[in-house]
Amino acid sequence: MVVICNLVNIAKTVGVNRIVPGVAVPYPLGNPNLSPEDEWKLRYHRVGVALDALETDIKEQTVFTVKI
Amino acid sequence: MLKAVHYINQFFGQVGGEESADFEPVLQEGPVGPGLLLNEAMKEVKITHTVICGDNFMASHPEEAVARILKMLEGLKFDVFLAGPAFNAGRYGVACGTICKAVKEKFGVPVITSMNEENPAVEMFKSNMYIFKGGRRATYMKQDVEKMAAFADKIARGDKLLPASMEGYFPRGIRHEVFLEDLGLEPKCAADRAFEMLLKKLKGEPYETELPIPKQERVPIAPAVKDLRKVKIALVTSGGIVPKDNPDRIQSCSATKWGAYDISKLDRLMAPDFKTIHAGYDPEQANKNPNVVLPLDAIRQYQKEGRIGEVDDHYYVTVGTGTTQAEAARMGREIAQRLKERNVGAVVLTAT
Repeated sequence: MVVICNLVNIAKTVGVNRIVPGVAVPYPLGNPNLSPEDEWKLRYHRVGVALDALETDIKEQTVFTVKI
Repeated sequence: MLKAVHYINQFFGQVGGEESADFEPVLQEGPVGPGLLLNEAMKEVKITHTVICGDNFMASHPEEAVARILKMLEGLKFDVFLAGPAFNAGRYGVACGTICKAVKEKFGVPVITSMNEENPAVEMFKSNMYIFKGGRRATYMKQDVEKMAAFADKIARGDKLLPASMEGYFPRGIRHEVFLEDLGLEPKCAADRAFEMLLKKLKGEPYETELPIPKQERVPIAPAVKDLRKVKIALVTSGGIVPKDNPDRIQSCSATKWGAYDISKLDRLMAPDFKTIHAGYDPEQANKNPNVVLPLDAIRQYQKEGRIGEVDDHYYVTVGTGTTQAEAARMGREIAQRLKERNVGAVVLTAT
């Protein structure tokens, strides 16, 4: 399981092992300040990072890096 | 007058000691053993029947024992289920917890038992039921029975039930908002209470938090999925995204329910067919485009590109605000169980 969320520290505290940062609490995979095209790119990218995370072997709790 | 059924083991049921621990469950009319004391102590509740079951029988064949006992109870009318007290007897405690949990789930009646804090069953079952803090040995029978009886009477009278620490049972991990007046305490504003706590802390004096944080749990790390094209992926969220009529009436905060909704024919979640009912964040963006919380559109895109294979027909959702850790853990277990049954191999969970 991979968790995408904005509150990374809380995810760590409750023991989530694979974490991908979200954008904000009300829209973890959106951003109203972006154009619809850029917002889509962002969501597509972060979901892609989450999929990569599922296929990555880890030894400890890991927060995966997002580029957008 | 409410009716109660009481569960006891072979020893307290006067069948015999350790040599009779394989005793198969029976139903008897009226109270037996500790039930006589309970019956005497309760003013508003009457024990109509007693279930007696050997501790080893319950420990060795829990499913069969529970099924048989539930069947015995089917024909009865009862409002409360009592078990024990089990003191520090491990097997008896687990038996009381097991049957109380099953009875509560099947019949929806309040279940009350009593155990010593050292009884391993306390940790296993305290979040599911009222377990009163009992003595270590049967010499505490009278005190333990009286606590259970007083609480059963309160339920029968419809009295306001107080927090765990005041009633005397082990905290179930459920938070309620209460006013101090209603607890018979002097009202004092939260800032004053917090300040007093801080002063005590600075002086190194003992103080009691009003918001105990449950202990951190470590979760074993799941191995990496070798090839996402070959497993089924499921989407899960605590962000409260539901079909627009919220068919299962999942609560907007302090949720105790979760739902599973069909997405097999959808390429993305469309507003207003889907919306959020989560009361802990501004819903504007999620209601405009629910995919910002549950990214079905992106998942479908990856599916089209062949990056992933099958996506589960349903997504799974609850609301994660004001939700206690105990409830969250229960719902998590239930959802995980469902995912296993559906052969899901990987989960993308979005949390708000």
